[in-house]
Amino acid sequence: MIVGTRKPLEEIKAMISPYKKVLIVGCGTCVAVCLVGGEKEVEVLKNELSLAMGDKISFDGITLERQCDKEFLEQIKDVADQYDAFLSMACGAGVQFLSEVYPEKPVFPAVNTTFIGINRAVGWYEERCRGCGNCVLGITGGICPVTMCAKSLFNGPCGGTNKGKCEIDENQPCAWYQIYERLEKQGRLDQIMDVIPANNWENQRPRTVIQPGYENLYDTSSSK
Amino acid sequence: MYKRNIEESSKLERVLREGHFAFTAELGPPRGANIEKVKKKASYLKGYVDAVNITDNQTAIVRMSSLVTSLLCLEEGLEPVYQMVCRDRNRLAMQSDILGGYAMGIRTILCLSGDHQKFGDHPQAKGVYDLDSMQLAAMVKKMRDEGKFQGGDDIDVPPKKIFIGAAANPFAEPYNWRVYRLAKKIKAGVDFIQTQCIYNMERFKEWLKRANDMGLTEKVYILAGITPLKSVGMARYMQNKVPGMDVPEELIKRLKAAGKEKAAEEGIKIACEQIEEFKELKGVAGVHLMAIEWEHKVPEIAERAGLLPRPEV
Repeated sequence: MIVGTRKPLEEIKAMISPYKKVLIVGCGTCVAVCLVGGEKEVEVLKNELSLAMGDKISFDGITLERQCDKEFLEQIKDVADQYDAFLSMACGAGVQFLSEVYPEKPVFPAVNTTFIGINRAVGWYEERCRGCGNCVLGITGGICPVTMCAKSLFNGPCGGTNKGKCEIDENQPCAWYQIYERLEKQGRLDQIMDVIPANNWENQRPRTVIQPGYENLYDTSSSK
Repeated sequence: MYKRNIEESSKLERVLREGHFAFTAELGPPRGANIEKVKKKASYLKGYVDAVNITDNQTAIVRMSSLVTSLLCLEEGLEPVYQMVCRDRNRLAMQSDILGGYAMGIRTILCLSGDHQKFGDHPQAKGVYDLDSMQLAAMVKKMRDEGKFQGGDDIDVPPKKIFIGAAANPFAEPYNWRVYRLAKKIKAGVDFIQTQCIYNMERFKEWLKRANDMGLTEKVYILAGITPLKSVGMARYMQNKVPGMDVPEELIKRLKAAGKEKAAEEGIKIACEQIEEFKELKGVAGVHLMAIEWEHKVPEIAERAGLLPRPEV
């Protein structure tokens, strides 16, 4: 899922201060699961802001199923005119799509989108993927060297492995130490005996995916 | 301005190919445009080493560029080992710097990942890591042997004589993998290796034996890394604070026994004993002396370790 953290209240207050009526828009998917931008968090932020801003700004809250889907964004079409700004609690994708669907409306993010990660325990999330576009997990024992190695080495470990931990943080395991251990246990060390060549970084420009079988539905020649 | 015949090879390569026991040292560029400081450090080393490593923003602290410091050393009559780290440059910048350096006389490059930016004076910086050290070595090899850029285009006057180096650390976990990582570096195109500072001789010898057994030392020149310990405090710091460093307790006992006044002298004595031992070890082609901010001590250590005179090649 996409994991985020709530922006500091002061930063949010500064962004919305010129407006009178603000709709706080939550998102019911990733950010709800990671406890930062779902229904409950919308309510909490609404209360905090109402208390902080007094009667200078009035707030309403609504949580959409997903802000990365036009169908759900259109659910607030009828009420949009009542507000002079939106405060989105979605990830960066949701904030951008909300802005695109309501281009005349100022939209502000209440969340810092942080990473693609996993749920380790209640309220505890860890990054696992940078979306580089060329997945090597099949070679590296299911541990991502781009994300989990602080230097994104494809042919690690570097010389700074520190008792199995990363040299930059003693609480962070060395990704390549783990890759080695896992592949050794599985008898697959041969997979990393050859040099993994320079990566083709796909995440250096905005990307579009149209899944096979759907190409005919869209005229992509004019879209870019 | 320094000019070098485009066909002339790396001096370090010639020393090694002719079978001499090579001796390299290290020169850290200044934290500013202080040319005099570079010249002064170079003056200590000239004539006493075969080549000198020019560190590239080591410990992620900004310094004069390793490229320009390398060129300054060439002008001073010192052969540079141009260090390049993957932290600060993408493949475009790396290749253009390599070509520029080569045009001006650089013939030896050391390909490194680099210390993480978190350790340095700009911890908020975006680390590049477009390539890792092996991919960098492979890129330089392709530039040299195929005359092609990493992207595949032809190079107009490729760096045909560049001698490619990398680092190896026998002392970081997983120990068992380290010799295979050496093998990978050789596959990537590395001609010579300079190791992490060696203090634990037994562990180094185990690693070296495996490298010998696998035939790796016939494919690559290994220069054993040495940093003389100046004090008990420095030894403890290396032991506890520097990741991937293995300083055995016996060495610290020796420094302690020497007393505070004589600890640095004892450190040099230990380094000289190590060098004597390396000369006899199969698979060790030379030593790399990293006398950090102690460049002026290099001639004395070289003399006492029987490394002088350096060969004319």
